[in-house]
Amino acid sequence: MIYLDNAATTKILPDVLDEMMIYLTEEYGNPSSFYDLGQRSKIAINKARDIIAESIGAKSDEIYFTSCGTESDNWAIRGAAYLGKKQGKNHIISSEFEHHAVLHTLESLKQEGFEITLLPVTSDGFVDLEKLKLEVRDTTCLVTIMLANNEIGTIQPIEKIKKICEEKNILFHTDAVQAVGKIKIDVKELGVDMLSISGHKIHAPKGVGALYIKSGIKLPSYIHGGGQERNKRAGTENVASIVGFGKAVKIAIDKMSENNKYVLNLRNQLIDYILEKIPATKLNGDKQKRLPGNINISFEGIEGESILLMLRKYEICASTGSACTSGSLDPSHVLLSIGLSHEMAHGSIRFTISELNTQEEIDIVKKVLPDIIKKLREMSPIWK
Amino acid sequence: MQYSDKVMDHFYNPRNIGTIEDPDGVGEVGNPKCGDIMKMMIKVDNGVISDIKFKTFGCGAAIATSSMGTQMIKGKTLKEAWNISNKAVVEALDGLPPAKVHCSVLAEQAIKEAIKDYCKKNNLDYKSLVADI
Repeated sequence: MIYLDNAATTKILPDVLDEMMIYLTEEYGNPSSFYDLGQRSKIAINKARDIIAESIGAKSDEIYFTSCGTESDNWAIRGAAYLGKKQGKNHIISSEFEHHAVLHTLESLKQEGFEITLLPVTSDGFVDLEKLKLEVRDTTCLVTIMLANNEIGTIQPIEKIKKICEEKNILFHTDAVQAVGKIKIDVKELGVDMLSISGHKIHAPKGVGALYIKSGIKLPSYIHGGGQERNKRAGTENVASIVGFGKAVKIAIDKMSENNKYVLNLRNQLIDYILEKIPATKLNGDKQKRLPGNINISFEGIEGESILLMLRKYEICASTGSACTSGSLDPSHVLLSIGLSHEMAHGSIRFTISELNTQEEIDIVKKVLPDIIKKLREMSPIWK
Repeated sequence: MQYSDKVMDHFYNPRNIGTIEDPDGVGEVGNPKCGDIMKMMIKVDNGVISDIKFKTFGCGAAIATSSMGTQMIKGKTLKEAWNISNKAVVEALDGLPPAKVHCSVLAEQAIKEAIKDYCKKNNLDYKSLVADI
C-alpha cells in the first residue's frame, strides 16, 4: 500500500506507541485520583502539556486537552460567541474555505442569531485580508481564520490579523490542525488568542486534540462535568493518547527541518512531473506558500472519484478534496472558493506526503498516473 | 466508497465504451455541476438496438452503470430497451451505495434520450413506439 493521504490522518509512530503502551496497561490510574497510581498519570499528561505548550511558544497552563481538533474549534468559536453575546456583540468573521468544523459551527451560531461574514479567498489560495478591515464592525466578537488549508495546503499570513483584532478588542482564533509540526508556530508572533491542534495529523492516535487559550481569556466551558483541565474541560483524560500526542509533537518539532526537506523534495518532484507529463492539469493553491507535503491537482475532463478508484488498483491511497466530503456529491467548497469551475473542482486529487513515504512510492505514482488520466479521458464525453 | 465486485469489474473494464460514427440516436444527460455527464449513441436496425457506445464523465458508479446499462440494452428492441429501469441496472451490478443510485437514474435517462432522439430523427412518436399495444 502507498499511503498518500497524510492530511486525512497519519500512521502512529512506533516511538509514540511505545511511550503510550504503559498507560494502556500498568499505569491505568485516573489523573484525578489521590494515590500514586493516579498522580503518575497526572504527571504524564502534564509532561505532554509542557511539550505542546513549548512547541507553540505558549505557557503550559494555556493548553487544554480535548478529544479532537473539531472539539477544539467548536469550543473556541462557541465560547468566543457567548463571550461576545454578553457584551452585546454578535458578529463573527471567518473565511469561505475553512474546515467544516469551523463552517458548520458558524452555521449553527447563525441559526441562533449570530451574524457571520465569510471572507473571500484569492485564486492562489489566500484569504483576502484586505477585506477583513472593511468587514470589521463594532459588534465583531471573533475572527477565526485557519493557519493552513487542509485541502490545498496554503499557509495563511494570519499574523497580519493581530493588529486589527487588538485595536478593536476582537478575539482571534486559528485552526492550526494541519500546520502543527509542519511549520514553525509561535502563538505570540501569530497574535492569536486561541489555536486548535489535533494529534492524529502528526502520528499520534485519533481521539486527542488541544486548544490553546491565551491566559486571561475567560472562555466558558464547552463540556461540563468534573474538574479536569482546570475546570475548563470535563471528562476523564485520555491519558495514553495525550502521552502519545506529547511524544508525537516532540518528534515533529525535533525533526521538522529534516522532515520538511525530505518531504518537500518528494512533493516538488511529483508536482513538477504531473504538470509536465500530463496535459490540462492545474496545481491548486500557491506552490511556495503551502504545507511541505501537500499536492492538490485538477485534471480537466475527468472526475476525481474515478481517479481514486483507478489508484486503488495499485493500492495508492489519496483523496478528492477532503476525506470528510468524499461521501458527498458536491465538489469541494475549498476549490470553489478559489474560483475553480465545478468541472475542475470535481476533477481534483489531493496527495499528502509524510516523511514515512519513500522515493520508490513516488516513482510508482509517477509511473501509473499518466495512463490512468489518459484512460479516463478517453472515456469522457467532455474531453476533446 | 464500498462498491460491489461487479461495479469494479465494469469500472475497470467498461463494455461498449467509445463512439459510433453516424449514430441513429444520441442521448446526453447530466451536467458538470453535479459531476456526471453521460453520452450514449445507438445504432438501430429493424427496431432493434444493434450497437451502442457510451462516454461518461463521472465517478466509478457513473461509469459502471453506463457500462452495465449499454450491455443490458444491446440487441434489445427499442421498446424492451425503454422499459429497462435504473433499478434493473442497479440489481445487475449487485447494488450501489445509496448516494450513488442517482447515477443509475442518469444511465436510464441517457438511454431514453437516445431512443427519443432516434424517434425524432425518423419522425416516429416514441410514446406509441414504447407503449404496450
